[in-house]
Amino acid sequence: MTRLSLPPQVMYALLGAVALLIIASAVVLALARIRPERDYTELKLRIKTWWLIIIVFCLAIAFHRDVSLVVFAFVSFLAFKEYLSLIPTRRADHRVLFWAYLAIPVQYYWVGIEWYGMFIIFIPVFAFLYLPMKMVLIGETQGFLRAASTLHWGLMTTVFCLSHMAYLLALPDDRNPAGGGDALLFYLVFLTQINDVAQYVWGKSFGRHKATPTVSPNKTIEGLIGGVATTTLLAVALAPWLTPLTRIESVAAGVLIGMGGFIGDVTMSALKRDIGVKDSGTLLPGHGGILDRLDSLTYTAPLFFHFVYYLHY
Amino acid sequence: MSLLRILFVVLVAYPVVLIMLGINVRHRARLPRRGPAVIAANHNSHLDTLALLTLFPLHRIAQVRPVAAADYFLANRLIAWFSLNVIGIIPIRRKRERDGDDPLVACYAALERGEILLIFPEGSRGEPERMAQLKFGISFVAERYPRVPIVPVFMHGLGKSMPRGEWLPVPYFCDVFVGLPLKWRGDRESFMGELEQSFHKLKEKLAAPEYL
Repeated sequence: MTRLSLPPQVMYALLGAVALLIIASAVVLALARIRPERDYTELKLRIKTWWLIIIVFCLAIAFHRDVSLVVFAFVSFLAFKEYLSLIPTRRADHRVLFWAYLAIPVQYYWVGIEWYGMFIIFIPVFAFLYLPMKMVLIGETQGFLRAASTLHWGLMTTVFCLSHMAYLLALPDDRNPAGGGDALLFYLVFLTQINDVAQYVWGKSFGRHKATPTVSPNKTIEGLIGGVATTTLLAVALAPWLTPLTRIESVAAGVLIGMGGFIGDVTMSALKRDIGVKDSGTLLPGHGGILDRLDSLTYTAPLFFHFVYYLHY
Repeated sequence: MSLLRILFVVLVAYPVVLIMLGINVRHRARLPRRGPAVIAANHNSHLDTLALLTLFPLHRIAQVRPVAAADYFLANRLIAWFSLNVIGIIPIRRKRERDGDDPLVACYAALERGEILLIFPEGSRGEPERMAQLKFGISFVAERYPRVPIVPVFMHGLGKSMPRGEWLPVPYFCDVFVGLPLKWRGDRESFMGELEQSFHKLKEKLAAPEYL
């Protein structure tokens, strides 16, 4: 079951990420001790989340590819469940929701058999056509449009978009001598996470002008620019180790991940604002708010995937 | 038979309630550690009993007894065997057959043995995520055992996951709010009022999306 052939670059990258995280944990603990009057809850929570992400990530890639698919499918399942628990739903759609859940294993199955054509149209076309048909056959028309569209939006973000992470692993290894799909996946997830924290830190330090005042008042133009710049620098530095991207291409990848991460973040904020919760963890405390952790990836995963796919596969 | 019950909780209740659904329990510490005690919960789904069973440690499971309608759960031999031996229900008759024949005798006996009763005072599952009028049966238990703690538990989401009439659970995150034990103040009317109020108070803490 164990796959010992994890590419060396990916091993080093993972070790590097763990080392970074240990340093970050130590710094935050020290800061909290030195300045007990200041609140470091936000940072502590983020660090806790990164530990979780890195553990899930290692689980996802260290074993056989089928294990990775199960882990990714489970992540999609948790995100979709949280989404459905947050939004208004209809009693009449009970069985429709069952079919929607069923789309998760099916979507990851297409990844498993590397059927790209089906993977890319299954949710946007077939699920999109099938679920409203089921609703109509049940016959409840009140709230039909809202139910059909919210359900599809949820499937698209939490299942279709996130499953692009898994498809990176299904890409042929020989096109990326620097470490295959594992390395691309690490590159994507690492840069997306770094981008989140870089935007947060730049915004906290130099933030003046609000970027999206009505959606997410904490986001600033300064944070966005600083974050995208940091992410792009790292993207360029890491690209030769982990990806087949050229220098110019890696600049574009960095900007894409930086901007995409920001937009994914504020899109999920808009959803929560619409529903009337601040973070998905307040409505579901203890459930961790997995949507908050994955919001950036719902944009960066498909964008980065298609960028690399177009250029090199 | 306690082994069967533990197996059921480990192999069915845990995976369904903790992995497939996911429950978030507020004030878990208010649950009684040992019997005799009564849990009074709202009722929307067959999953309610499963969810309540996961709240107790495995070594207590044999003493946790859901009180259930005999006309429904003893309707045929297979369901009756399953309900009595695997779920461990205490069957009661919802309708009195003769005057003076107390349907709650089995509940009293269970409390005398130090067991924990799970009672759904609404009597049946009703409409999903709506509370029905509470039935008075539980107040007889409270009157007879004024010192036994009666703990209200309000649950949300299980009725959405598997409402009456559906046999396929659909995952939603669910909430469980444990209330403070009720005190017996001397008459059944005010006990019922207090129970109702307690459910309302627990319900107020919930911020649930619309469900039509």
